[in-house]
Amino acid sequence: MDQKNIFDCSEEKAWCPGCGNHGLLEGIKQTLQELGKEPHEVVVASGIGQAAKLPHYINANGFNGLHGRSIPPALGIKIANRELTVIIHSGDGDSYGEGGNHFLHNVRRNVDISHFVHDNQIYGLTKGQASPTTRQGHVTGIQTEGVHLQPFNPIATAISLGCGFVARTFMGDKEHMVETMKAAVNHRGYALVDIFQPCVVFNKINTFKWYKDHVYKLEEDYDPTDKIAAFQKSLEFDDGIPIGIIYKEEKPAFLDTIEFLKDEKPLVDRDLDPKNAEMFMDEFY
Amino acid sequence: MDYNLLIGGSAGQGIDTLVTLLEKVLQRSSYYLFSNKDYMSRVRGGHNFSQIRFGTKTVHGHKNALDVIVAFDEKTVTEHLPRLKKGGKVVLDHSLKEDVKIPEGQSIYLPLKEGAKDLGNPKVFSVVLLGALINALDLDLKIGKKVIENTFEDKILEVNHKALIKGFEMDLESWNLEKPENTDQRIKINSNQGIALGALAAGVTLYSAYPMTPSTSIMDFLAANQKKAKIVVEQAEDEIAAINLAIGASYAGIRAMTGTSGGGFSLMTEALGLAAITETPLVVANVQRPGPATGFPTRTEQSDLSFILTASHGEIPRMVTSIRTGEEAFYKTANAFNLSEKYQTLVILLNDQYLADANQTIKPYDFSKVSIERHIAEEKDLPEGDYQRYRFTEEGISPRIIPGKIPGKTLLADSDEHNENGNITESAEMRIKMMDKRMKKLKALEKEVEEPWFMGTDNPEILLVGWGSTYGTLRETVEILQEEGHSIGALSFGDVYPLPKKTLEEKTKGAKKVINVEQNYTGQLAKLIRQETGITFDHSILKYDGRQIALEELIESVKEVL
Ligand SMILES: Cc1ncc(C[n+]2csc(CCOP(=O)(O)OP(=O)(O)O)c2C)c(N)n1
Ligand code: SF4
Ligand SMILES: [Mg+2]
Repeated sequence: MDQKNIFDCSEEKAWCPGCGNHGLLEGIKQTLQELGKEPHEVVVASGIGQAAKLPHYINANGFNGLHGRSIPPALGIKIANRELTVIIHSGDGDSYGEGGNHFLHNVRRNVDISHFVHDNQIYGLTKGQASPTTRQGHVTGIQTEGVHLQPFNPIATAISLGCGFVARTFMGDKEHMVETMKAAVNHRGYALVDIFQPCVVFNKINTFKWYKDHVYKLEEDYDPTDKIAAFQKSLEFDDGIPIGIIYKEEKPAFLDTIEFLKDEKPLVDRDLDPKNAEMFMDEFY
Repeated sequence: MDYNLLIGGSAGQGIDTLVTLLEKVLQRSSYYLFSNKDYMSRVRGGHNFSQIRFGTKTVHGHKNALDVIVAFDEKTVTEHLPRLKKGGKVVLDHSLKEDVKIPEGQSIYLPLKEGAKDLGNPKVFSVVLLGALINALDLDLKIGKKVIENTFEDKILEVNHKALIKGFEMDLESWNLEKPENTDQRIKINSNQGIALGALAAGVTLYSAYPMTPSTSIMDFLAANQKKAKIVVEQAEDEIAAINLAIGASYAGIRAMTGTSGGGFSLMTEALGLAAITETPLVVANVQRPGPATGFPTRTEQSDLSFILTASHGEIPRMVTSIRTGEEAFYKTANAFNLSEKYQTLVILLNDQYLADANQTIKPYDFSKVSIERHIAEEKDLPEGDYQRYRFTEEGISPRIIPGKIPGKTLLADSDEHNENGNITESAEMRIKMMDKRMKKLKALEKEVEEPWFMGTDNPEILLVGWGSTYGTLRETVEILQEEGHSIGALSFGDVYPLPKKTLEEKTKGAKKVINVEQNYTGQLAKLIRQETGITFDHSILKYDGRQIALEELIESVKEVL
């Protein structure tokens, strides 16, 4: 390991040896350190799952909420205090399955948070059922004849909804992952990064090697601001999966769209005084 | 003096305009009023009505017997004529003359449509009618004019002005009403608006919700004022998002709230547990309507109490308080924020459609009576070393910090069972300690809850027991039956959980008959009381037709069991 990282935490990790989550955790700690963040300025929010245990293993503020509900508390936190760096770490099931509705609408809402999805294409914590990103034909203990449903395409979905930052990376390429994470944290608005994270126990198809063999880096001259081209990229999978920033567009983030809050200090720093509200009684006289 | 006026018609005909304007005129003429709404879940057509009961003394609820029916259509007459008092009047348009049968001498036909047409705008019908009523009720035309001026602008104001005069000049015979003596200034407000104002006074900075009748008017009021108050009112994608958003905001240190009705509350239940186990302060309003499922969207019931007492899997501490009047809606909401932060707990406000849509004239809220107590720990309050969000302390409440404020200190909130640091634990011993710590909050809340209001004979033979919105009707029922010589009293619960027991035990001891009065099928308060105290009820007066029990109905029901 590199030098000591201020985000290091001594809590014992409950992940399996060899799990992709270990490398992913190192990646986010490196990202935050290199961005010059301090632990107290960062909040890591999550839902429930293997991935969602991450807040326990990093020295920062954490909010480990409910399965599928990683996004809404993160929004509340950022709205309350825009000075905090708010990131979400949660699984593919948590983010796209149980929490799918929040995913869709938060792209529209565009709160300035980064969402790192640990995509192992499986439900890890509950022992190997299909997730929304599990490919058709993949046999599991529940999907005994192979998955019938078409896989969910988070990249294409996010682009189609107008997401301002859509990226994919692989935890096996640490440098690429850290660069992508940094760009996501620096993006002003909702940034989605789908991160391939092998589950060594329950996904014997999409293994470390499988990802290594299937991903390729976006071409040097790739233009992430071309939406149609990005959409086309997002459809590639079986014959090679592009990694990198697939789509990027600057647009006002949620709090910047509320004209009367634009230049205000963070809501949490406001002085509260009941008397300030007295004027709202006027209309009842 | 106590006068009861019904205004009815189909949705979209303009009855709301008339009701709003007339109420304002009555309020500014120093009458006390209580008005309630009965409407269907549709935007056009159907049959809707409002009853405005007003008088020279406080009126606490609605009554059935009508002094006047103002009918916008035939249906209003046929539907409500049986409730018209002897000598009562029906005011309606000329054009309805052929269609309705009204006893001799009780109908007042007016050329309202014609009048509006003459002015070139059929929409001013309601204001022509207002002018006519102002005359008949001996109200001051100047007040009417002022109200019109406050409501309309420019060209629309001009034509409405003319409409008001036109109606007034129809010169109805006076109904000879007594004038109010007490001219103290009052506000006219419904309890949902009272909740919203209470939240603003308490410094609510984020309100996230998903529209659901009859809770939406809380969000409406906050949204209408969001710009001035500089707060965030966010329509979430669903109620699950709404409550989780509020929890996140509260964790990060602002006062946040969500509100809904039964169906939405059902969706929120998992997150109630999240608030509890993460010990995040949270205020949730449930404005009840009849369930289950979609039920009766625009009607009233008190049927979510049992559900709310145990909502969330597992066992969690919570405080449940119900709203009895528009006045206490404000103070209770403001206080809910303080209690939720003091004990890092969930406080649920229970309201219902009846009270949410009922306008009441009340003493203006006293904002100086509201205090804001945050109970957020500062660096100097903390021991050295790593901060522990769930540290065991003598008082049982762990000092709470908010993220980002103290360099070197971070906090971890966790929905799993956790240790003092907030880290996941599987330890049996830790589980017991954490459960004990959370559940002990109930003991502390027992000291905070307010005893029920008692009214009536000191040690009554007959004791009525109710909660929330039935307060006004219970009170008037007791007053009337006492006058008739009965030994009767009533307890009206506001705070219901933890159940305040002292007054209950005192008053039930001597009573010969204890009767619960509730707007539900199973007698949910009675069940709670039995569970908590062993006290049982001799009779139940239960109503679950979606309509609030009226004064006459309650008196009759009580007499049946005397
Ligand atoms: C409401 C609810 N439903 C189901 C579960 C059980 N559950 C916990 S994690 C999980 C799926 C986890 O999959 P994913 O989000 O992909 O995370 P991973 O474990 O793969 O990292 C499920 C179904 C739960 N905790 N809560
Ligand atoms: S089950 Fe899979 S995802 Fe979970 S810790 Fe083990 S390897 Fe990682
Ligand atoms: Mg997964």
